[in-house]
Amino acid sequence: MDANGILLIILLFAVVLALTPVLGGYMARIYDGRARWLAPVEQGIYRLCGLDPDCEQHWTGYAMAFLIVHLLGVLALYGLMRLQAFLPFNPAAQTAVPPDLAFNTAISFATNTDWQNYGGESTMGYLVQMAGFTVQNFLSAAAGIAVAVALIRGFTRRSARSVGNFYVDLTRTVLYLLLPVCLIGSLVLVWQGVPQTLQGSVSATTLEGGRQIIAQGPVASQMFIKHFGTNGGGFFNANAAHPYENPTVLVNFIYMASILAIGAGLTNTFGRMIGDQRQGWALLAAMGVLLVAGAFATYWAEAQGNPALGFLTNMEGKETRFGIAASALFATVTTATSCGAVNAMHDSLLPLAGMVPLVNMLLGEVVIGGVGSGLYGMMVFVLITMFIAGLMVGRTPEYLGKKIEAREIKLAVIAILATPLAVLGLGALAMLTPAGLAGIAAPGPHGLSEVLYAFASSANNNGSAFAGLNGNTLFYNVILAVAMLIGRFAVVIPVLAIAGALAAKKTVPPSAGTFPTQSWLFVALLVGIVLVVGGLTYFPVLALGPVVEHLALASGTLF
Amino acid sequence: MVKHLRAALVLLLAMTLLTGLIYPLAVTGLAQALFPRQANGSLIERNGRVIGSELIGQTFSHPGYFWSRPSATTAPDPKDPAKTVAAPYNAANSGGSNLAPSAKALIDTVKQREAALRAANPAAPAEVPADLLLSSASGLDPDISPAAAEWQVARVAAARHMSPEALRQLVAAHVKGPLLGMLGERTVNVLDLNLALDARWPMR
Repeated sequence: MDANGILLIILLFAVVLALTPVLGGYMARIYDGRARWLAPVEQGIYRLCGLDPDCEQHWTGYAMAFLIVHLLGVLALYGLMRLQAFLPFNPAAQTAVPPDLAFNTAISFATNTDWQNYGGESTMGYLVQMAGFTVQNFLSAAAGIAVAVALIRGFTRRSARSVGNFYVDLTRTVLYLLLPVCLIGSLVLVWQGVPQTLQGSVSATTLEGGRQIIAQGPVASQMFIKHFGTNGGGFFNANAAHPYENPTVLVNFIYMASILAIGAGLTNTFGRMIGDQRQGWALLAAMGVLLVAGAFATYWAEAQGNPALGFLTNMEGKETRFGIAASALFATVTTATSCGAVNAMHDSLLPLAGMVPLVNMLLGEVVIGGVGSGLYGMMVFVLITMFIAGLMVGRTPEYLGKKIEAREIKLAVIAILATPLAVLGLGALAMLTPAGLAGIAAPGPHGLSEVLYAFASSANNNGSAFAGLNGNTLFYNVILAVAMLIGRFAVVIPVLAIAGALAAKKTVPPSAGTFPTQSWLFVALLVGIVLVVGGLTYFPVLALGPVVEHLALASGTLF
Repeated sequence: MVKHLRAALVLLLAMTLLTGLIYPLAVTGLAQALFPRQANGSLIERNGRVIGSELIGQTFSHPGYFWSRPSATTAPDPKDPAKTVAAPYNAANSGGSNLAPSAKALIDTVKQREAALRAANPAAPAEVPADLLLSSASGLDPDISPAAAEWQVARVAAARHMSPEALRQLVAAHVKGPLLGMLGERTVNVLDLNLALDARWPMR
């Protein structure tokens, strides 16, 4: 660890902290309906859709809209990939994507996971990248944010039947938030060297006379939303390690800040919408504690060097321009949020450094988390925390004036248990079947880590990988897609049900016995609950994977 | 239900048009107008021929050039397309080795690389810089560390019949970063450096 690396971490978090109230305030304006500068476009879209924007939905209607948009998105994306050979913008003449891979990829992008069992530049034509992936990058991000906003409305409304209109929230998110920022951001990326062209690959004759085919494409327009919307699906196989996706230290910094921006900003939006910004800062503090701890832990662990090579600096799977510090920080940021873009190959991280990204995901993507999903994921933990705090003092738990009752807690437990069931249940299936074992590249404990990482990443809709695992088989294409579906819908539907239940409740005024949820005590309790739930669920498997590998490596055992 | 289907379907079409076609095409138009060199891949031409990209590394094996980092990129095996073969700096198929730090395969590969580097650089310092022994994440890393450039100076200078001191100055002039004097690593772009070398001390 050196001073520059530590400075990088501090500077990043300072920038994100400064952006939080700005973006948070703007997003509050969007969802209050006060942002209107694109009203003609917005109204035009509603008219085409046959929508009355003032007609709100019950939580079941909101959930139905969420499901249908995802279903249609999956079908459209699947069709584009299967038919790309007959479609325009395909200069490399990429052929139809095989059915199982297209199935996996369509679900992957629609659920904001962006797990990739293919190499982008060798598989996908430009139309799939633009009209397929880029569209889903926008929609899946906007859908996540919409659910978070619906949940916030659950707290702000009293005795209400509706939680908002999903189509309106989705449209407003894309028009007022994502699209304008991406338009400007993409041009900054191009200025820094990210290509944006519809021309095909370039053939170069290298200085020593060799032939090098250099893949190109409309990269920048996809890159900005990929990070800003915490999607993470790369244009190229090497993702954000590719010099065209991430050419400079400045671009790398912009990516990290934009990955965190919306997730952090939403905590402030939450605070503003419920009328007490300190409540938002308390949530951000809980997330921030875990994020800062993860960033320093990864950096420290990775800076130790590989003991099997005489503690040689571990530059395997890293780019020279990023080095250890920016690679370790990016690994933390991309897994604390559900982004999943990578600027270094996580499979080659030292065991303990690779464990931090794993833990970030296994905690349920609540350390800032994905756009929207981080906030609603954390809210589920808040309900559990208030429930446990209530049990301790023997009071009916309440949060922001809403009584937390059996129905909300049951739903919260479903949301919390769904992903561990997918990770451990489906992961165990992979470890028990020849088809699952066949994909593992590394013998020994690292092989277990590869499988665990794949299921942790899919079920928490992250999308990064220990990429040594060969996931492009019928078995993994199907089972990982199932994990992604569970991770998205088995969390979102209970969350929307909670939103509906809360909106229907009356508000009770705070009394002397109310647990103050803007206090450090609350922050500490919340962090404790997140760590205890995650730790109890996953400690055994983490001990068998990265911990064993670390001890073996330190004692000179190789696999 | 029908109302839902219509709304969702039209919304998907509208968003596909807006974010999947209008947006990327608008960015393409603006990028090509404002930053045409970067938008087209930062290509470098010499004598009217594309010799590569400033951002994409390439393979060097001649002793008179600085060498790039090891690359783990592959290409389909011409004999059996289901398999792959090593193809360093394949800019049509980026990627890393994904070898675990505890993998025998990694340690063995590093030992082989070290032996080969020592044989080709008998006058170099004892300790080989890490970035020359370990492969990059993209397999297309355009840079090496200043230490890795310095380590190769004796070999390159001997092959070009020039003084190591003059070469060191050229390398120093090509060291970039850190950003604002504090962020990121110090790097040397290998292709840039080798082009400058060819321009000032052509190979005899």
